Amino acid sequence: MSDVTMRIWRGDPAGGDFEEYALEAQEGEVVLDVVHRIQATQAPDLACRWNCKAGKCGSCSAEINGTPRLMCMTRMDQLPEGPVTVAPMRTFPVVRDLVTDVSFNYEVAKRIPAFEPPARPAEGYRMQQIDVERGQEFRKCIECFMCQNVCHVIRDHEENKPHYAGPRFFIRLAELETHPLDTNDRRELVRQRMGLGLCNITKCCTEVCPEHIKITDNGIIPMKERVVDASYDPVGWLGRKIMRRPKRSPEEAAAGSSS
Amino acid sequence: MVDYETHDYDVIVIGAGGAGLRAAVEAKERGLRTALVCKSLLGKAHTVMAEGGVAAAMGNVWPEDNWQVHFRDTMRGGKMLNNWRMAQLHAQEAPDRVYELEAWGALFDRTTDGRITQRDFGGHRYARLAHVGDRTGLELIRTLQQRAVHLGIDVFMECKVLRLLTDDDGRVSGAVGYWRPTGEFIAFTAKATVLATGSIGKSWAYTSNSWESTGDGHAMAVWAGADVIDMECVQFHPTGMVWPLSVRGLLVTEGVRGDGGVLRNSEGTRFMFDYVAPMFRAETAETEEEADAWYEDHINNRRTPDLLPRDEVARAINSEVKAGRGTPHGGVFLDIASRRTPEYIRRRLPSMYHQFMELAGVDITAEPMEVGPTCHYMMGGIRVDADTEAATVPGLFAAGEVAGGMHGSNRLGGNSLSDLLVFGRRAGIGAADFAEGRTGSPQLDDGQASAVIAAALEPLGRDGGENPYQLHHDLQQTMQSLVGIIRTGPELEQALEKLGELRQRADKISVDGGRAYNPGWNMATDLPSMLTVSTAVTQGALHRRESRGGHTREDFPTADPELGKVNFVQRQRVERGPDAPIEIGPEPLPQMPPELTVLFEEAH
Ligand SMILES: Cc1cc2nc3c(=O)[nH]c(=O)nc-3n(C[C@H](O)[C@H](O)[C@H](O)COP(=O)(O)OP(=O)(O)OC[C@H]3O[C@@H](n4cnc5c(N)ncnc54)[C@H](O)[C@@H]3O)c2cc1C
Ligand code: FES
Repeated sequence: MSDVTMRIWRGDPAGGDFEEYALEAQEGEVVLDVVHRIQATQAPDLACRWNCKAGKCGSCSAEINGTPRLMCMTRMDQLPEGPVTVAPMRTFPVVRDLVTDVSFNYEVAKRIPAFEPPARPAEGYRMQQIDVERGQEFRKCIECFMCQNVCHVIRDHEENKPHYAGPRFFIRLAELETHPLDTNDRRELVRQRMGLGLCNITKCCTEVCPEHIKITDNGIIPMKERVVDASYDPVGWLGRKIMRRPKRSPEEAAAGSSS
Repeated sequence: MVDYETHDYDVIVIGAGGAGLRAAVEAKERGLRTALVCKSLLGKAHTVMAEGGVAAAMGNVWPEDNWQVHFRDTMRGGKMLNNWRMAQLHAQEAPDRVYELEAWGALFDRTTDGRITQRDFGGHRYARLAHVGDRTGLELIRTLQQRAVHLGIDVFMECKVLRLLTDDDGRVSGAVGYWRPTGEFIAFTAKATVLATGSIGKSWAYTSNSWESTGDGHAMAVWAGADVIDMECVQFHPTGMVWPLSVRGLLVTEGVRGDGGVLRNSEGTRFMFDYVAPMFRAETAETEEEADAWYEDHINNRRTPDLLPRDEVARAINSEVKAGRGTPHGGVFLDIASRRTPEYIRRRLPSMYHQFMELAGVDITAEPMEVGPTCHYMMGGIRVDADTEAATVPGLFAAGEVAGGMHGSNRLGGNSLSDLLVFGRRAGIGAADFAEGRTGSPQLDDGQASAVIAAALEPLGRDGGENPYQLHHDLQQTMQSLVGIIRTGPELEQALEKLGELRQRADKISVDGGRAYNPGWNMATDLPSMLTVSTAVTQGALHRRESRGGHTREDFPTADPELGKVNFVQRQRVERGPDAPIEIGPEPLPQMPPELTVLFEEAH
């Protein structure tokens, strides 16, 4: 069998560089398999994150030939001929080799006010499938943080991080906003403290999402509209809200009406 | 002398899968100082992979369903080896735990009248699995994670626990571990400790489990002197992917066979017809014509043998491969392409279609899949009190896959996610009660902590020893070939001998590089757990001289009613030193009260 050459970034916060590893290709391997073989045979301390190896946990994000991808879902035989470059996600500080410090995301998560349903009626909450589906799309998120990684607002502007939540959390907020039972109104929060206005809709996040969530079209844009509506045109906002029926009153939701 | 940071809590929970998260939420809501420790990032635990759903007798689809029926299904599935009280609590409380997730924001799929819908699964009499498409585990873990974050629980992520600490009275009083990003050490003192560390699959070559499933919790409990039970009861799922390498062991859902897929050997024969055990003959089709007709007409035809219980199918596949009728990569063919239209396959099995397309380059609408048994789930584990999840050592609690008893010798699909919720909560309560009743703060025993740290550092200081990855590889080969799905006395004896050799080799490994995020070192610290657990599984398998559920002995092919009345309990007499052997012996199962035994007498 032919050989493959991997150029893997090795280093730590002090600096680093790409190192080359040559090994025999094996049929059907994904990038993560090759990284594991390098660990087992050539570089036992090569650091990378992974868990499920099935595209379900979002641990193994890296920049493969310059594009953010899950290492466990990227087949070697579908990459162009020639050396394969694997680098850590650029937006987050390096811990070691391919592992980055993603704690920024966990900090943002703490700032998001929790889901708040009305008291549970005796016969249980009722929701129609069609009303939960928008939220379900956002809840497919596996928190690989690749959308955060490619978002220009923080990728190129470290100074934006403290007041910008990023695409992952915009869809978290959108999910809560569209939840048929949620009673919290987070629009002011989104506008003032989550930095939604900084997003200029380049859709880079949507392009890299391994779950194919339409982050921009279904999450960010509708939320921008609502936030703007709410601050400049409360009546119009209300009208559109009703027309689009994104969210019913808790009483309605609990009663299960689907009008 | 190596430095380490220290933290004091009322309750520490080790493991942040469904069970650990639920336990931590409970302890925190009680107002206790609670820490949650996990060796990966928060939200990445193995629970995230669960697909099918969470079993709960809510009766939303079939009003006939109730906890008694669920209880009976669970006990039968476990071949009556289950702890009856756990199975009862599980069946009674699962619906409330699912509704609670809903109140915390989970969005389950709905019925037409707006309630949580439920799907059919093997062994469950009624459609009982609440689900979100085929990503139920993600929904469960994310909901609990968000709850935990909201409550402000202190989370120590990418922090790997190495050993539990005990005080002079033998009570568990904390734990020692290290931060994976930095390699710095950390010690906890805690009034109560909950283990929720999940599975053990990584000791086998073919497994559906993630890297975290190294049995650390099982092993740490043994090292602290706690009892473990039913360690021989390991579930092998019949259809894991076997090729390509990249996806070896990954799960192929039972739904493929449910929707018309059939198993064939290399000669193209539908071999399952040759493996119908006497007890299933009356209800199983004898010809391909009848089996095929069954899909359309369940009334006038009998079921296809491709859908026999998991253990039966797994054994049959194994026999075909051993007889030389396997595929080039050591599996059998699972063929739906020649039986259903491409449109049907893509519509009914979208995630399987994509899994094979993206990972294997196999178009399942055009070619057969290659599949074989994969190590999937650990029924055995830490012996706990059914109501409080207290282990046999004071101060220690266990919930989720690391605990034993609930599933007996075989788990039903969907019963694990419900187990995590029901017993995670109960473990949180048990630990909180214990913590509140414990007087004085546990003291940190620096001698113990430093000894653990010194042992962990040994491979880093050693030159010229073996590579830990090689040892792991050899362990996996040993367990796969000698303690796999079909077991025999002589092979198990041989496995014990090999495990002894591996333990000696493990004492001499060396690790390159430093302490910061070093996967080689991480592997080195996993090996002691994997070796301890593998030894317990092998010993249990050797002692259970019968076949029951997930445990199959070729030399004792039938169930022995006498052995159906006992658990094999294993325990290390820690007072005799760290090298004391793990002792094993039978102990009677807890006795089911008459009001429950009648459930098994009624005709159905
Ligand atoms: C592919 C697949 C599909 C499945 N589908 C279903 C299904 O549909 N329905 C169902 O009911 N069940 C299903 N199961 C089974 C179910 O997912 C598991 O049994 C369950 O998730 C185990 O949960 P847990 O909380 O016990 O442990 P896990 O989720 O495995 O979590 C273990 C936790 O412990 C931590 N940990 C381990 N060791 C240490 C240590 N030394 N130090 C610190 N932390 C540690 C880990 O980091 C992790 O956070 C499936 C399993 C697989 C593999
Ligand atoms: S390892 Fe889980 S997504 Fe890649």
